Formats: sequence, structure tokens, C-alpha cells
Amino acid sequence: MLLRHTPTEIKERKALTVNPAKTCQPIGAMYASLGIHGCLPHSHGSQGCYAYHRSALTRHFKEPVVAATSAFTEGASVFGGQANLLQSIDNIFTVYNPDVIAVHTTCLSETIGDDIPQIVAKARADGKAPAGKYIIHANTPSYVGSHVTGYSNMVKAMVDYFATSTGAKTKAVNLIPGFVEPSDMAEIQRIAEVMGVPYIMFPDTSKVLNGPLTGKYKMFPEGGTTIEDLHMTGDSKGTIALGRTGAMAAARALDSKCKVPCEILDLPIGLQGTDAFVDKLRLMAGVNVPDVLNLERGQLVDCISDWHQYLYGKRVGVVGDPDQVLALTKFLVSLDMKPVHIVSGSPAGKKYVKALEEVVADIGEEVNIKVPGDMLLFHQWIKNDPVDLIIGNTYCKYIAKDEDIPMVRHGFPIYDRMGHSYFSTMGYRGAMRLMEQILGVLMDRQDRDATDITMELVM
Amino acid sequence: MPSIPILKSREAQIHTKGEKPFDMTCGKHSVAGSVSQRACVFCGSRVVLYPIADALHLIHGPIGCAAYTWDIRGALSSGPQLHRLSFSTDLRERDVIFGGEKKLEAALDELIDQYKPKAAFVYSTCIVGIIGDDVAAVCSKMQAKKGIPVLPVHSEGFKGTKKDGYKAACDALFKLVGKGSTEDVSPISINILGEFNIGGEAWLIKEYYERMGVQVVSVMTGDGRVDEIGKSHGAALNVVQCSGALTFLAEMMKEEYDTPYIRVSYIGIDDMAKSLYDVAARFPDNPEIMERTRKIVREEVEAILPELNGIRKDLEGKKAAIYVGGAFKAFSLIKALNYLGMKVVLVGSQTGNKEDYKTLQEMCDDGTIILDDANPLELSKYIIEKDADLFIGGVKERPIAFKMGIGFCDHNHERKIPLAGFRGMLAFAREVHTSVTSPVWQFCPARLGNKEE
Repeated sequence: MLLRHTPTEIKERKALTVNPAKTCQPIGAMYASLGIHGCLPHSHGSQGCYAYHRSALTRHFKEPVVAATSAFTEGASVFGGQANLLQSIDNIFTVYNPDVIAVHTTCLSETIGDDIPQIVAKARADGKAPAGKYIIHANTPSYVGSHVTGYSNMVKAMVDYFATSTGAKTKAVNLIPGFVEPSDMAEIQRIAEVMGVPYIMFPDTSKVLNGPLTGKYKMFPEGGTTIEDLHMTGDSKGTIALGRTGAMAAARALDSKCKVPCEILDLPIGLQGTDAFVDKLRLMAGVNVPDVLNLERGQLVDCISDWHQYLYGKRVGVVGDPDQVLALTKFLVSLDMKPVHIVSGSPAGKKYVKALEEVVADIGEEVNIKVPGDMLLFHQWIKNDPVDLIIGNTYCKYIAKDEDIPMVRHGFPIYDRMGHSYFSTMGYRGAMRLMEQILGVLMDRQDRDATDITMELVM
Repeated sequence: MPSIPILKSREAQIHTKGEKPFDMTCGKHSVAGSVSQRACVFCGSRVVLYPIADALHLIHGPIGCAAYTWDIRGALSSGPQLHRLSFSTDLRERDVIFGGEKKLEAALDELIDQYKPKAAFVYSTCIVGIIGDDVAAVCSKMQAKKGIPVLPVHSEGFKGTKKDGYKAACDALFKLVGKGSTEDVSPISINILGEFNIGGEAWLIKEYYERMGVQVVSVMTGDGRVDEIGKSHGAALNVVQCSGALTFLAEMMKEEYDTPYIRVSYIGIDDMAKSLYDVAARFPDNPEIMERTRKIVREEVEAILPELNGIRKDLEGKKAAIYVGGAFKAFSLIKALNYLGMKVVLVGSQTGNKEDYKTLQEMCDDGTIILDDANPLELSKYIIEKDADLFIGGVKERPIAFKMGIGFCDHNHERKIPLAGFRGMLAFAREVHTSVTSPVWQFCPARLGNKEE
């Protein structure tokens, strides 16, 4: 009973977050940076920040996560971090020799007001940044937004720094995923590939954070969007951004910078979410949907028809990042399930909450929604009004255990299970996997609770 | 394998034993731009105080610092679990501009009423140091209002190294010491300092002392309780383990309460036994304590020896690389690995001092790489050069070792089994054995290739 301290009585808390369902901007920026080939993320602040971000990403992906730090001391925090960043740039290019350094700020460097472009310009003028090497940056104060905001800001920085328009449009479609798993990025690419759509995906952490064991340690793994591709995003035919909070800002920036028209979609989680993505891709690229995708879609519908009887009416608590939560909730409702407690830790705006409310408007139950909210509130809701299933990150396991409720891990971070970085929950196949996980825990529960009399071979 | 260059300014922090006279540069800040494996002041404070289970731990700052340290390591509690929750003032832009004191006060007010903790620790993060919140003033106001100790922990991330965080934690702890009655404290008694009960290690250690007939007044801070710390000044001896996160406190208690202290280590058979003997020797008027200690050591060693010897057969001659936080732990690990027949080819720490490195180089064979504040490139370079079979490190090092196709043992946060004590030595041996002899390594082509070359 780890969470024995959770009170049932819910009080308004203004000054306090307990058991957060979010974390801070820089880790999102670091994750996004790792999706550029040959990029070393750089944290401009104290050493602790980047150590925690590296640890958290390492625990989630079970992969080496490298980044550098400005290693602020008291002096830097008083006199500004220019000297540190100049030294960093010099050292990084001398020793690690990345193609790009992606600098993100922290609450410390933001508050003392370091001007990154000015410092980078000085580094260039001092000859500390070799020709052909890039330094990009994003402002990611930890006291604004969340890890998703930081991700979004760094993805937008890729547009700001790299996208160029030569005037000659290509047939490529830009694909901008939100803060999703490397496996999800790979699945989105696979769909584009089977549809025969030329694409540029950025960032792309597949093969970076789910790479093979080769016997060699590579500081810059094979994967990641190349600089050349990032330059070419400005010539693409169009952009599809997946997720408003994670990917929209970059798509909009690309539209205004290089006149690449964009479409903003939800994450392709579930049947309808994937349909929307496939359809938009079809229209934008002017292609037909191939049989192989129609087959996958048909199989998913088949699975839903087979499994619906076990899913309908099941009450669910969902917690996670805004884009994930919205898409997941839609999928659950389409399966006839009832998401009744919904929390996202990240601030996402009134429009977002309204969109969520619309999704659950017809499920026939009062629904609790809190954005931004925390896991203490989520737990309190569940205590007062239990659910059949919890979907959320690893920290939900305390609630699941204490309240004896089946749980499916989804989102960030997942520290205690494998597979999320290899098996996507997006696209038609991903939807089947997600359903399989949901059904698995529900059926396991049914078996566990079955008496000798009601124990059945066939469910 | 092309040779990987070493940062010029780091050369003095890397030494190959036997190559030239030993003079290690250490204790300095990491070079800006390096991929250091170190953390910050806040991290140091947080890991030390975190296991005090009946205290409230409130992190004053933006959400990240609280999120990343939410139940960050398995410091177990036999009772309350308050320490494993994550409380944050979650500072937003507005608070940064107008100050966060009011928010902090309101948060403490709510939390203390709700959870009725025995004490509250308030951690200052980077941002709090910059915006200049008077955390100490808020704490003393809330202490007067609520009648429990409300202790500021001055752990602004940029104000030094992780070690300064240990010091800040000790400063806060020291304010709890001396607050309680020592009526029930025996003259044959100790405090265990610098033991964090990862995977229940404090319970193992405490049991040895109690079997010896020595009262353990408090454990700081594993499975810690505020009241026990309050009467810890009544103990006859402070027993400080490992790299000395708690040495600062032991020094303060010596100064203020005349409590003597000794340094010990609970890692490996030799050091574990020596620690118990050293404590027993502090009570010469009670020779039965030493007798019981000998018996305990004999029984415990006999219980694990057969299996250890079996494991040793498989590990004999294998090579190990060690990179840990504190150098003191590295000493014990070298001995423990030697006991398993393994040879240490690389040893490094994040926070070692000159003395520590001198000891390390005395313990090592010629050719061993000794390094301070390393980064992944250096570690991988030497792992290849020295052809290591095992890496011992923390969270961030595990996937590096695995990518290179060698075994790994976590001796930091990410483990659930006790590696201290006699039974811990067996667990350690099993873990090393499991990893080093795993059949998976035969499927790793490059490593096979390396061996054949």
C-alpha cells in the first residue's frame, strides 16, 4: 500500500503538485535532438538537469543517451553562461565532433537571460564552430509548459534553422510526429512507404533509441533525420503534423517560412485516427491506398468485432501527455469503452479540454477531466469511483496495485516494461497491439478472479 | 578501432598505473562541453535525505527536479512511505517573476496539515537560488506555526558539486540531531551513517549489529525516522559507510556531542567482516561482543562460501571495469572482484579525492586505468583497449556496456537486491556471474570479431 497516504477527500490545491503527470521542457528538447543524425544535444545550465534527463531517457529506452552540459557553477549563474557555452562549443567540436549541436536552455540559463544566438554568433566569429557544422537552439524554460512543450520547441528549431526553400517543389511530404516512441515513428514511416509516398520525417529517433547491439559503442548511431533532409523540408509538397501540442508549432513555422502547406492531425492511434492519417497522406501525395493497408484495416475491424464483447462498457482511467490522451480517449470511445477519469499533466489550453469533452460527451456517464492535473488527483478520483482499467505511464502502477485494477502502460516514462520502443501502438497494427494489451490485462483479471466453477477455457 | 581522442583538459584526470609518477587531478568541476556522468548539488542532497520515510520532502522549483527524483531509487521503508511520493511547488513563469515564497508557504501549510509528517525538508533548486526566495524564513515561520522541524536544504544545483549537496543534506540533518531524549539509549550503541537501504541493505547490516549485542539508535538515512535521528547523539559511536556522504555529519556530531566515528564499508567479505570487528573493538569492556562477532562472521561466510567458490570457477581471470560515484565503494569492489578471481582493468569515480585515488592506484595492478569524472567515450575506449568482460556502474552506463557486448552490474540506483553484507556479496557474485556468462554475448558479432582478430 505504497499510496496509503492518498486522501479520499478532494481539495482544491493551488500551490502544489503531487505526483506529477509531466516533467520539464529540456528533456523533451533532448529527446527531439536525438532524432537528428549526428546531433549532440547540449543542456545549457547546471549539471544535474542533463544528468537527470539522460537517466530518465536511458531508463525509458534502455539505450545509451548522450548529451553535453554547460556545467554551470555559481560564477556562471551570476555573470552569465556565455563563457561556459563558448567553452562547450569548442570542446564538443574538438572531441566529439558531431554534425550538429542542439542547445536547449534550462530554468537557470533562461532566468539569467543568456542570449543563445548571440553566444553562438560569437563562437562562430571566434572560429570555434568549424565550417559545415551547425549549432541550433531552443528556449526551453522549465517553468513554462512541460516536456511536450520542450519537444515542440526543439522540433520547431529544426525548421527555423534548417528548412530552406529553393523554389523547386519536390514530391515529398513532411511528417512531423509528436513526442512518441521510436517504434511509432518507424510505423508511421512504414505506412508512408507502403503507400509509396516519398517523405521526410523529422525528428526520427528510430534506430537511434532502439538500435541494434553490434559490439561497438557509437556515440552517434545510424538513425536520425539528416541535415540534408532537414534543409529539403522547405521544398516539400506539404506537411502532416501529428499532434497539436507536440508537432503543430513546427508545421506552422514551416508553412510561414517556406510556404509548405500543413495539416494538423491527432496522433494516429486507433482506427479513426489511422484512417484520418492515411486519408490525408493519400490526398496530399495523390496516391491510392494499397491493398496491404486495406488488409491491415480489415483485420483491425475484424479484431474489434471479435473482442468488442469484452471491452464494451469497461470504465477506464487515462493519464498522459495531451496528444496521446486525446487520441487514446477517442480510440477507447470507439471501442465502446468509457474513459471516465482523464488527466494530462501538461498544460494544453481550453480548446484542448473542449475537444476532450466532445469526445466523451456521449458515453452516458459523468467524466472527470483535469488538464493540467496530477497523479494524486487521478488516484483520488479512482479511489472515489473505481475503474476497470488504468492506462498511463509506469508511475500508475502504484495506483493500480493499491486499488487492484488492471493496467496498461502507455506514454512516458515506461521504466518497468520492455517493448514500447520496438512495438508501435500507432497505425492499424498498433491499434491491434494496444487492444491486445488491454484485452490481455482484462482477461487475466477475469481468470484470476474466477472461481473453480466459473473458470473457463474459452473466454 | 580508431583511437578516440581525450580532451586535453582531461588528461590530468586519467592515469595508467605504472606509466608515470602518480598525480591525479580531481575534485574539480566538470569541463563545460564534456559528457560527464555527474549530477548536481540538489541531486546530492536529495539522495541522502530521501530515505527518511516519515518526513515530508518538498521540492521548491519547477516540476522537473521533483519529477526526476520521484522514487528514484529503491530506498525501502519498513513503515511510512511518505518519502516515495513527489511533492513540488511546480513553479511557473509568474512565480519566477514575482517570487515563489507565498506558494511555498501555502504548499507547506497544506502538506503538513494533510500528511502530519514528523519533519519537513524543503529543497531549494537552481531557480530558487536565482530568484532569491528566502526559503529559510518561510521554513522557520512554518516551523513555528506547525510545531514540527521545517528544514531548508540549500541545494541550488549550480552551487558546487554533488558533494556540496551531501554537505547541505548533513546541515539539515544536524538540525534534527539532539532533539530527542536519549533515555533508552544503551552505552553499547551506534548510529549507522551513509546507508540508504537500497534493496533492504540497512536491514541486513542492522541485523548483524543487533546480533552482536550493539544497539542501533538510528540509520541515516536508510529506512530513517525523524525521532531516531533526534536521539542519535546518545549513541556511543558513529559508523560511517562508503564515500563519506555523511562524514560531514559525523564531523559535526563529533564537534558538538563528542561522538567518535569510524569509516567502514559493507561491500565484500573482507570489508564487511572488518567493519563488524572494528565496531566490536570499540567496546573492549564487553569482550562477549567480539566473540559474538567472530561467530556471526564465521556463520555468514560459511553459508555463502560453497556457492561463491562455484561462481569463482567461472569468473577466474575475467576482467572488470568499475565506474562509480564514490571512490570508497570502488575500494571494496576491487577487493570483492578480486575475491571472485577477477582482475580490475579500469577504475574511476565521480567524486574521489587525491587520497582516494592514491589508495586506488596502490590497490591496482600495473596497466590499470584510473580516471576521475569520466564520459562515455573514454569509458568505451578503455573497455575496448582493456578487453573488459564486465562493467560496474550506474543507470547511464548499463546500455553502453550492453551495446559493447559485455556484462554489467548496477551498483547504484537501479537495483532491487541488496549488494551489501555477506548475503549481499553472494547476490553481487550471482549478478556478476549471470551477466558475464550470459549466453547472449555469443550472439554479438563484433565482439566475436574482436576476439578473433
